[in-house]
Amino acid sequence: MAEVKLFRTWSSTFALRIVWALEVKGIEYDMIYEDLSNKSSMLLQYNPVYKKVPVLLHKGKPISESFVILEYIEETWTSKTPSLLPGDPYQRAMARFWAKFGDDKILPLIWEAFIKQGKDQEEALIAAHENLKYLEVELRGKKFLGGETVGFADLTFGWLANLVSVFEEVAGVTLIDHEKFPLLLTWMKNFMDAPKIRETWPPRDKLINKYRALRETLIAKEPK
Amino acid sequence: MANTSSTTDVKVLGAWPSPFVIRVRIALNIKSVKYEFLEETFGSKSQLLLQSNPVHKKIPVFIHGGKPIAESLIIVQYIDEVWSSGPSILPSDPYDRAIARFWAAYVDDKFFPPLRLIKSAQGEEKAALVKQVTEGLDLLEEAFQKSSKGKAFFGGDRIGYLDIAFGSTLGWLRATENMGEVKLLDGAKTPGLVLWAESFCADGAVKGLIPETEKLVEFAKLLAARMKGGAPPKQ
Repeated sequence: MAEVKLFRTWSSTFALRIVWALEVKGIEYDMIYEDLSNKSSMLLQYNPVYKKVPVLLHKGKPISESFVILEYIEETWTSKTPSLLPGDPYQRAMARFWAKFGDDKILPLIWEAFIKQGKDQEEALIAAHENLKYLEVELRGKKFLGGETVGFADLTFGWLANLVSVFEEVAGVTLIDHEKFPLLLTWMKNFMDAPKIRETWPPRDKLINKYRALRETLIAKEPK
Repeated sequence: MANTSSTTDVKVLGAWPSPFVIRVRIALNIKSVKYEFLEETFGSKSQLLLQSNPVHKKIPVFIHGGKPIAESLIIVQYIDEVWSSGPSILPSDPYDRAIARFWAAYVDDKFFPPLRLIKSAQGEEKAALVKQVTEGLDLLEEAFQKSSKGKAFFGGDRIGYLDIAFGSTLGWLRATENMGEVKLLDGAKTPGLVLWAESFCADGAVKGLIPETEKLVEFAKLLAARMKGGAPPKQ
């Protein structure tokens, strides 16, 4: 029994960040799969504030919120390489900045573009592209946001490599096109090919089914 | 200490009412770092702001040796890491750091957003917002009891990361109680936090930075008038 346990669902993009971090660093852990429609008493006990995944349990002590967990992993297993954050404080601040930007701006806008239709979808896509431009610039001259190897910000943006093609197939729309975002698409490919990343992806056909069903439900709820 | 004619390479772009800006100034005070405070004019954004934070165009922006950093909590961590010989802002134990980060993110994600809406809300909407905030305070009281271990601050004997993250909102908390005619921080429900709030505001690194209630109330009225007039608020 490993001293590290990770509460996750099969599809949670936030939990996947933690899977990647643990795998990339070679930290032993047990996975506990949750059904969010029927949350375990353990999950409710360990994350009473949000009642969500991921939760990392280390020596019986729980930590929630993916960014917080990533920082904890980095600071606890200091001998495990690669480092997720660089040593220089300014570079660390930049990594944290981009990660936060991803969750505050990119994620909600891409999600909007995925679940909406018509004019709403167009507007969401325009806003998403406005913000993705900053990421495209940031990737100039870099293989990963973390430099030569996958780092903190790469892990938090990893959902792009994983989910965008799923969203595009389900919604029948191009979310990130090659002409506008060549560096971003290259990054997505490099990320997919990085060690330990693709092996842990949820099965694509399962994701397609899940997000197709979710999109249909959400669209049906929209006021006409 | 603010030093407007300084030639130091440490600058803070901000405005006095912003709790996020206050966080950065407290952190610099803890480390006894002299800085130049560049106050943004209400209603407009300076060239320097737009250049140094093109992504969000918001304050605070911290500029160190010409290099800009945005996002208050990221700036506070940077300050802690750079001026590492000064008193520590984050705790030393990784688990304690995780707890501090968790609750600081909670303040930004769940506590402050409803708080800032109370003053202009009414009826059911207002009641729901007040409930969110008071429930948040109950959770923070519990967090305080666990984190402080009987000492004055979340950080123990000295103010730390979570004290800064949460304490910076106290000005608006009090102003909201005034404007919303509602009691939020209640000694009967959250006695620890009431004492903590007093200690925090009196701390040497914080003194003078938390705006007086009357000033914030006046500012809020200005903000509301501006919004009614159709001009978009600055941040």
